[in-house]
Amino acid sequence: MTHNSVGIVAPQRAHFSEPLPLKSGGTLPAYDLVYETYGRLNASRNNAVLVCHALSGSHHVAGVHADSGAVGWWDNLVGPGKPLDTERFFVIGVNNLGGCYGSTGPNSIHPATGKPWGADFPFVTVEDWVVTQARLADLLGIERFAAVVGGSLGGMQALSWTLQYPDRVGHALVIASAPKLTAQNIAFNEVARQAILKDPEFHGGHYYEQGVVPARGLALARMIGHITYLSDDSMDQKFGRSLRHEKPVFSYDVEFEIESYLRYQGDRFAGFFDANTYLLTTKALDYYDPAFDYNGDLVAALGRAKADYLVVSFSTDWRFAPSRSREIVYALMHSDRRVSYAEIDCPAGHDSFLLDDPQYHAVLRAYIDNIRL
Amino acid sequence: MSFQRYDYDVIANWIEPGERVLDLGCGDGSLLRHLTEVRQVRGYGVENDPERIVACVRNGINVIQINLDQGLAGFDDGFFDHVIMSLSLQAMHNTQGILKEMLRVGREAVVSFPNFAYWRHRQSILNGHMPVSKNLPHQWYNTPNVRFFTIADFDDLCVQEGIAIHERLAFDEDRIIVDEPNFMASVALYRLGRQVGC
Repeated sequence: MTHNSVGIVAPQRAHFSEPLPLKSGGTLPAYDLVYETYGRLNASRNNAVLVCHALSGSHHVAGVHADSGAVGWWDNLVGPGKPLDTERFFVIGVNNLGGCYGSTGPNSIHPATGKPWGADFPFVTVEDWVVTQARLADLLGIERFAAVVGGSLGGMQALSWTLQYPDRVGHALVIASAPKLTAQNIAFNEVARQAILKDPEFHGGHYYEQGVVPARGLALARMIGHITYLSDDSMDQKFGRSLRHEKPVFSYDVEFEIESYLRYQGDRFAGFFDANTYLLTTKALDYYDPAFDYNGDLVAALGRAKADYLVVSFSTDWRFAPSRSREIVYALMHSDRRVSYAEIDCPAGHDSFLLDDPQYHAVLRAYIDNIRL
Repeated sequence: MSFQRYDYDVIANWIEPGERVLDLGCGDGSLLRHLTEVRQVRGYGVENDPERIVACVRNGINVIQINLDQGLAGFDDGFFDHVIMSLSLQAMHNTQGILKEMLRVGREAVVSFPNFAYWRHRQSILNGHMPVSKNLPHQWYNTPNVRFFTIADFDDLCVQEGIAIHERLAFDEDRIIVDEPNFMASVALYRLGRQVGC
């Protein structure tokens, strides 16, 4: 637990029985969302901040779970006296639909068959997630968010919020994100998906019934992802060419420390994350393109927006490079939106957005402190 | 009245209410804040210093962190009514390039700079030392300035680059200088435009 923690927190569950039309065509008749809240909703109900998670994140943004001791993934940002100050704001984290941390997803039971959804779970998009988050806000009596905050895929949700519900969000903090993925970025996702899809234990996505998980594929997917989340320099700093046996032993077992690290990270991830959720979520990343319906004109796509924005990128992030954040910034500026942009000099690559780099947090604190309630 | 205040008032007088304004090298954002208050501009600042970025955000102005030596790629032609560079031109390497960029993205450019030919500076040189003054506060070994030029030099550059000088005001502290500005003025402010036919 870091200093100034929100302390012990427990997830809550909300059931939604209003059918949800999905961008992919189908309709989800009913679903559950698991979420956590920190701080207090004030009497005017105008101090709510939604934190959107990225590929492998969850509703557990801050604080500690009593049973597992797990600390929230953005605990360094959210808490009393922290940049996103829970003394002032009512902060909400939601596990996205299709997730594997309790919200309805591929590992939930399909009500019609009594078996897990598996591959039959419909494709969900960033836009669908935003709709479900808005329904949760309705349930909690929140008409308008003071801010929506997210990094990476979470940043796409924050941006999408301002386009889907322009009157329901005051500020969007779009961090280490992009207005859409590049071909190279989709390529990394595709390799990750193929690793899962080609695992013999995938069973067309219905592995739950077989009592197995495509752990090798999922671990491989995570290894590929992990390489792209770190920078060349940070990997070199951390592992270099360190050899476990101090000299080459000519084996395919772990020799270089980076191999050990990647295998460990991959296996650990495969032990708790769901492969179908990984597939769905990478596709949501790939499909996100708010300018698609505007002939690729992002300025035109942003025409509806009414929010103010903070955009942040990191110098060594090559998966969501600063140039991609600048595309968002210039499009917002050319749409006459209020926007500030900081490019943080941080060695940790894409993962920088989860760290508490002093400049990064100083910018976030300065921006969030200025949000008027 | 401080010089800075005077500089701000001149610039504010050149700007119409509600304009789109870009301030290059915007520091802590106080000029933009002033222009937002007195001219209700839609303002954006460009800065590359991490502490100043935080100061701008705290000041509630829009700031975009980019390195100006790389130009204004990504900014649309003619998007801004005025592009300002206040007391920073002398710290830019690519003087011609940045002036060109300012007049590409803006209808007009406003620049101010310390006049190196100011008589006190000349006196300093005659006495054998690089000038250090209110508007040139650094020592030669730690100055951020990289281009040392005078009002006369800048006038020549405008002719050479086909830049129209719409207005020029020269000051010694807060006093306006009409006669012999290249000798008597410590700072000059210019309102520049694209030369017709250029």
